[in-house]
Amino acid sequence: MANFSKSNVPQFSVEVYQNEYLPEGGREVNAIVTVTSTGGGTVGSAVAAPHLYTPGQSPDAAVAIMVDCSGSMDYPPTKMRGARDATAAAIDALRDGVHFAVIGGTHVAKEVYPGNGELAVADAQTREQAKQSLRKLSAGGGTAIGTWLKLADRLLSSADVTIRHGIVLTDGRNEHESPEDLKAALDASAGRFTADARGVGTDWEVKEVTAIASALLGTADIVADPAGLSADFTQMMETAMGKEVADVALRLWTPVGTSIKFVKQVAPTVEPLTDRRTEAGPRAGDYPTGSWGDESRDYHVCVEVPEAGLGQEMLAARVSLVIPHGDGTAQTLGAQGLVRAVWTDDMTASTSINPQVAHYTGQAELAQVIQQGLDARKAGDADGATAKLGRAVQLASASGNADTAKLLAKVVDVVDAAAGTVRLKAKVAEADEMTLETRSTKTVRVKK
Amino acid sequence: MSQMPQLAACPSCEEPLESGDRFCGACGYDLSAVPAPPDDHPTITMNGSAPRPPSAAAGAAPVAPGAPVTAVDWPLAPEADSSGTPAAVVLPADIEGRESGGSDSPGVRFDRPAGSPVPPHPQSSPLPPERPQAPAPAGPHARPQPQAPGQGHAQPPAHAPARAAVEPDEYPLAAPLPPEIPADELPTVEVPTIEASPADPRTADLATPAAGLKVCVACRAGQVDRDGYCENCGHAQPRERDHMEQELDAVAAVSDRGLRHHRNEDAFTVSATALPDGSPAVVAIVCDGVSSATRPDEASLAASRAANESLLTALPCGTHPQQAMHDAILAAAEAVNSLADPATSSHEHQPHVNAPACTLVGAVVTPTLLIVGWVGDSRVYWVPVDRSAPPARLTEDDSWAAQMVAAGLMSETEAYADERAHAITGWLGADAYELEPHTASFKPDRPGVVVVCTDGLWNYAEGAEEMAEVIPPDAADRPLHSAQVLVGHALDGGGHDNVTVAVLPFPAPQQGAGSA
Repeated sequence: MANFSKSNVPQFSVEVYQNEYLPEGGREVNAIVTVTSTGGGTVGSAVAAPHLYTPGQSPDAAVAIMVDCSGSMDYPPTKMRGARDATAAAIDALRDGVHFAVIGGTHVAKEVYPGNGELAVADAQTREQAKQSLRKLSAGGGTAIGTWLKLADRLLSSADVTIRHGIVLTDGRNEHESPEDLKAALDASAGRFTADARGVGTDWEVKEVTAIASALLGTADIVADPAGLSADFTQMMETAMGKEVADVALRLWTPVGTSIKFVKQVAPTVEPLTDRRTEAGPRAGDYPTGSWGDESRDYHVCVEVPEAGLGQEMLAARVSLVIPHGDGTAQTLGAQGLVRAVWTDDMTASTSINPQVAHYTGQAELAQVIQQGLDARKAGDADGATAKLGRAVQLASASGNADTAKLLAKVVDVVDAAAGTVRLKAKVAEADEMTLETRSTKTVRVKK
Repeated sequence: MSQMPQLAACPSCEEPLESGDRFCGACGYDLSAVPAPPDDHPTITMNGSAPRPPSAAAGAAPVAPGAPVTAVDWPLAPEADSSGTPAAVVLPADIEGRESGGSDSPGVRFDRPAGSPVPPHPQSSPLPPERPQAPAPAGPHARPQPQAPGQGHAQPPAHAPARAAVEPDEYPLAAPLPPEIPADELPTVEVPTIEASPADPRTADLATPAAGLKVCVACRAGQVDRDGYCENCGHAQPRERDHMEQELDAVAAVSDRGLRHHRNEDAFTVSATALPDGSPAVVAIVCDGVSSATRPDEASLAASRAANESLLTALPCGTHPQQAMHDAILAAAEAVNSLADPATSSHEHQPHVNAPACTLVGAVVTPTLLIVGWVGDSRVYWVPVDRSAPPARLTEDDSWAAQMVAAGLMSETEAYADERAHAITGWLGADAYELEPHTASFKPDRPGVVVVCTDGLWNYAEGAEEMAEVIPPDAADRPLHSAQVLVGHALDGGGHDNVTVAVLPFPAPQQGAGSA
C-alpha cells in the first residue's frame, strides 16, 4: 500500500458549495464540488500510483506522441515542419526516465521511434536519437486516428508505469476509417491512457478533436499557425509531467430514491460526465477524472431527492475521490464532501441561489449557446445564430470570462454586451470560428 | 420566533422602517427577532383582561370583571410587618408573593436596605436584614408595577395571585440555615441527565433511540454512518435534542423540534431538591433560543443549565426561592453572554451575525409556594386540578404589545393587532440592552398543575382557559403524559416552532423530592 504521507504525493481536498435549503416540495439539489490536489507536483515527481511508488524512483510515466503524417500536412509545407519542430520541443521537455515513443500517423500507424514495439526511456542520448528520427517523418497517405490510438495503447501498456499519456496532432478529418472505428478505438483506450488532442490549421473537424480529448480526459485546442506548435507541445508535455496520480474517479454516493440529474466538470472546462458512470457498489458510482497533478477542478452535481417534510434533513450525496482497482476495490483518497438537503419554510433561505452554482450554471450555458450559435450559423440560420451568440456575449461579459468574450468578438460585432445585442460579422476567419468552437467549454472560476 | 413580519417601525426605538430592513437603522434592533404567532390574545394580567390599575389600594384585590370572585381565593400569607411577629425561621409558606421589577435596580425589592450588598448566602447573615424604611422607586422600565392585592392577614378572596407590592415591605427572607450543618447532611439534589426519548408523538417511525442500534429511523433499513445520515435513504438521524423527555417524581418535561424547524433550539432542565426545612422544591427551567441569533440552541442549553444549577445551589441553602430565581436568571444571562465572546471575535466580518440569545422561564414549586421567573415571551400557566376554578397565566411577556398595554399607551386590541406585537423586548444575551428578570411568587390555595412552556406551545393555546382545556384532567398525577399531550397539541396545530413544556404538580409532593 502506498505511503501517502510522502510529500510528493498529492493530498486531495473536497469542498462543497451549495444552498442546502429547499422549499416545501423542493426536490432538486445543486452543488458545486471543488476538488483540489496539493502537496505533490515538484520536479521529477511524475509518480504516485500507490502500488508502485517508492521514493527516489525515476518518473513513473509513459508518453506517446502521435503526429499526423497524412498528405495534407504538406499543404502548406510549414505544417509538416511545424509538427516536426513541435515534436522535437516536446521530446526536449521529457524528463529523464520517462518512457516515450513517437508515432507517425496516416491511414495506418507507424512507429517512428524507437520502433520494435517498445518504448524508449528518456535520457540525453535517446532524446537526440528521437529527434534525429523525426527527419524520417514525411507527408503522404490518409488519416485514421483510431489506428494511431490502438498503437499508442499497445506501446504505452508495454511499460509498467502509472501515468500513461498521449498527444495527438492532426490537421485533417478522420476520413479513412468510419466514425464507429474511431469510437471503438476511443472506448478501448478510455481509462487506459489519457490524451490531449490538437488540431493544426483549419481543415480538421472540431467535434472530432474535442471528442478525442473528451473521451481520453485531456485537453483539446486549435493551433491555427504551425509556428505556434512548439510552445504548445512543450506546455502540454510539462502538464503531463506534472501528473502524479492516474485514474482518479469522482465517487458519488446517493441514497435510495434519489436520481442523479447530471454530473459535469465545470472548471477548467465544461465536460459532461453523467453518462460515464461506472457502478461502484450499492448506490455509488464512479465518474472518471483522469490524472491529477497540482490542480483544482470544479464539478457540478445535480441530484433529485425524494420529497420530505419541512424541517427534515437528508444527505443528498456524498462525494469522494477514489482510485478504482480492476477487482472492484478502490483506494479512497481521503477527501469527502457532503451534499445536503434541508427543507425549510424560510423563503429567504430556500430561494437564494448559491453563487458558485449560479456562476457555473451560467458558464455551462455559455458553452452550450456558443455551440448552438455556431451550428445555427453554419446551417444558415442567421437569426438563431445572432440570438444564441448574443446570449453568449452577455454571459461571457457578466461572468468575467474575458477570453471567451474576446473570441466571440471575432465572430460577432458586439453592440451591447450587457444586453447581449450583437450582429453577425459578414466575414469571419475560419480559424477564429474554430478557435471559438474548440475553446467554448473553457470556463472561469467565480470572481472572489 | 423565526417569522419576520413586515414592521412599520422599530419595536425598540420606533424608528420608521423600510421594507426589507433586517435591522433597525437607528438602534440596530434585530427585526427578525420579531415573532408573529397566529391569533395571539394576550392576557396582560392574571385577573382578567383589564389593565392593572397603576396603584391598587392596599387591601383591595383587583378582581377581573366577569371572573368569579370566589373562584380562586388563594389565602395570602401574613405579612411579617403587619403581623408584627417575624418568625425566627421563616418558611416559604410564610412568604407573601411579589414580583421583582429589575435586575440590580432599586426596583428589585427584597428585604435589604437600598445600597446594601446582597448577602451571598443566608448563612452569612444569620439575622433578618433590616427593613427598608422608604419605598423603593419603581424599576427603570415604564411598565407600571402590579400591586399586591392586599396587605395584612385577612385577605379578601383574590382572583389573582398576589403580585408584587410597590412598597418594599420587607420580605421575611428565608431563615438562615444553622451554619453548622455539614455539607453532606444537606438535602440531596437530584439532577438526572437528559435522555433522548424513545417516544416521539409525531411518528412511530421516529421512535428508535438515536444511540445504540444505529438503524435509520426513517427507512428502517439502512445503518447510520458516521456523519449521522442513513446509508440507505440519506435521512439525517434525529439529534438528541430533536425530542427530549424527562420525568422525575414531581415534574416532567417534553421538548420537541416541531414540524417546521430543522433543529430544536429550545432547552429545559427539571430537577428536585429540598429546602433547609426538608420540604421538597421542584424546579423547571425552559428556554427558547432566538432563531435570528447565532447558535440559539447553545444559548438555550447554557441558560437552562446555568439557571438550574444556580437554583439547586441556592435553594438548599435557604435562599428565598424568589431571590434564588432572580439570581438564577442572572446566572443564566451570564452563561449566555459568555457564549458571545468567541462569536464576536471570529465573526466580526459578518455583520448579520447576532450574539446568541434565548428566553427563559422557570418555576419552583414547594409544598406551599409557587415561584415563577422569566425573561422574554415564554410563559407559565396555572391550571387548578378542580377545573371549575379558573386557570391563570402567571407571566407577562416581554413583548412589544404587552409593554404597550402595560404602559397604557394602547388598548390590548390595538396593541395585538399591531405587526410589532410579538417582538420580544427582553431576552438573555450579550446584545440585550438591559436585563430585567421578572419573578413572582404565589400561594395557591388548592392543588393544580403549573405549565412552563415556550411559545411553540402557547401559540396553540394562548388563553389560560384554552390551555386548561388541553391539559388532561389527571395532569397532576401524570405530568409526563400531560407534557406529551401538550406537545402533541402543538404538533397537531402545525408545530410551527420548537415546543417545550414542563408540567409541575402543585403542591410539591412531600415524599418524592428526595429530601434528607
